[in-house]
Amino acid sequence: MSFHPHMEYAPARFHKSERVLADDGETFAYTPERQQAFDEVVTRYPADRRKSAVLFALYLVQQQQGYVSGASMRFVASQIGCSTADVEDVATYYTMFYRHPVGTYVLNVCRTLSCALLGAERVVEQISAALGIKPGETDPSGMFTLIEVECLGACDRAPVVMVNDDWHERLAPEQVPAFLDGLRTRGAAALTGCHLHVEEK
Amino acid sequence: MAYEPVLTRYVREPNSFTLEHYLQHQRGYEGLRTALGRAPGDIIEQVKASGLRGRGGAGFPTGLKWQFVLKDTPKPKYICCNADESEPGTFKDHVLMERNPHLLIEGCAIACYAIGAKVAYIYIRGEFYHVQQVLEAEIAKAYAAGYLGKNIFGSGFDCDVFVHRGAGAYEAGEETALIESLEGKRAQPRLKPPFPAVAGLYQCPTAVNNVETLCNVPPIVLNGAEWFAALGPEKNGGPKLYCVSGHVKRPGVYEATMHTTLRELIYDERFAGGMLDERPLKAIIPGGSSVPLLLPDELDTPASFDHVQKAGSLLGSAGMIVLNDTVCMVWLAQNLLHFYRHESCGKCTPCREGGDWLYKLLQRVESGEGREKDIDLLYGVASNITGKTLCAFGDAAATPVLTTIARFRAEFEAHVREGRCTIPAEWRARQPMLAGHH
Repeated sequence: MSFHPHMEYAPARFHKSERVLADDGETFAYTPERQQAFDEVVTRYPADRRKSAVLFALYLVQQQQGYVSGASMRFVASQIGCSTADVEDVATYYTMFYRHPVGTYVLNVCRTLSCALLGAERVVEQISAALGIKPGETDPSGMFTLIEVECLGACDRAPVVMVNDDWHERLAPEQVPAFLDGLRTRGAAALTGCHLHVEEK
Repeated sequence: MAYEPVLTRYVREPNSFTLEHYLQHQRGYEGLRTALGRAPGDIIEQVKASGLRGRGGAGFPTGLKWQFVLKDTPKPKYICCNADESEPGTFKDHVLMERNPHLLIEGCAIACYAIGAKVAYIYIRGEFYHVQQVLEAEIAKAYAAGYLGKNIFGSGFDCDVFVHRGAGAYEAGEETALIESLEGKRAQPRLKPPFPAVAGLYQCPTAVNNVETLCNVPPIVLNGAEWFAALGPEKNGGPKLYCVSGHVKRPGVYEATMHTTLRELIYDERFAGGMLDERPLKAIIPGGSSVPLLLPDELDTPASFDHVQKAGSLLGSAGMIVLNDTVCMVWLAQNLLHFYRHESCGKCTPCREGGDWLYKLLQRVESGEGREKDIDLLYGVASNITGKTLCAFGDAAATPVLTTIARFRAEFEAHVREGRCTIPAEWRARQPMLAGHH
């Protein structure tokens, strides 16, 4: 019988966790250069605080294989000397770690207020229409992943798109087709970069 | 007399980020040399006397913060520089780090000396990868030139500065969440007290300071506390960076004293140069998305911590978002609640659940499906978040709702009455996003 007047009491209605562990993926190990980079950065923290390097360790993983897999989290845990759960806890919290493979170019369109005021919502719509994908999806060619992100801290150059680790500033909605073509043909060289790099202009 | 920028005077010049430029034009590392010749307590007293207030948002006196750092302890002490700049509408630290990185590095070293720390961590947001490249390259040069490392200027003082990259979390800008993140955990705030000054990074005494705050330290040491205090209104001294964005002609970072009014920042040719397409001003968010709106009749308020607070808002991070008459206030609240709902760290229930609830209510009103009682419900939910969370995020998330309803209740009522958005703008999405699609 039910102890709750509005809730059925039956096994089917029991809360069931939907948490699924990341697929294991290929066995993972850093390349020698990345291992060296990790070993160097970990010394920036006290010897008993290696866990501070976990974000850096995950960035190295993502640099190497494009996303963070279960096997790589296990590897990071062994490097840091913490549990796999500790690593998963962090990897699932921060938005810049991808838990699944993504496209060659991840288009992170800022959607927060200042960018939205100058057309960021339309930029998302145009990219969606041009690639036939919704935010969060990767196009069939595997070249582009579209993600809506929150404030990138470049509100004076709205609307801003972060493409992998580079920036493209002042992307008007009508420029979207040319922007995508530029990435297809010229790659990251087609991006405006940060306007503060005056030496390169 | 025209104001001569202190922090950003050279940022538009090529190579302003280099050590050579800094040494040549900004009396580079003279502040550190001067500081090392004095007692650490003197530096803290000088910063206290200058009245320097934290530029991250709270406006807390920096000298006091340093003074609170526990002295009699065998534990190491730390400076954490908050370079997580994530408050919507804020982009000032970006300029400082990219174009004048040595000023920050020198500020970090002086701060370390003042509180007795040997290590400073600059916690930079993950999205600022290109900024980090500049910063790390310049830190390496500072080491090579002997401004960082062991026995600086033969004084026996050792100082290391490291850059730590975050990975996308607004909450990491809260000082205890920043410390948690630096320790390799989720960026979630801690219960205070103990404050970081007693038990911060690795449970050691720590001072967490914003980038712009630390950049003000070398000029104070060089030019004196009186010079700094005299630059602005009482208790609001020193140079201040303002970030103006939104519907203005020339969005950007502008340095001025806190005598400058909001009107000047928006309309003056020295600053943002007026409204985009000459459209009328509807409202302004003066200090990042977490603060209440101000209306056009409040524009003559000087943009200082105290004046803006007196006008009913907060200077916060000085991220000014300027809104013209095409902005629907229900849409604005919805846009910001999308941000807060996404960025809530999930630790405190009122913020985690309340933020989502507010967003869904706003979406219902904005799409024309709202009911009359939704407006009071919004107000009620928001009021039940404020003051009931571990950090200021909860209040920040409730503010856009409370302020838009307080100032523009008629717009909410019109949405409900007419069953549609009454102020659609051409710059908005043609197909409003579906609920919870991501």
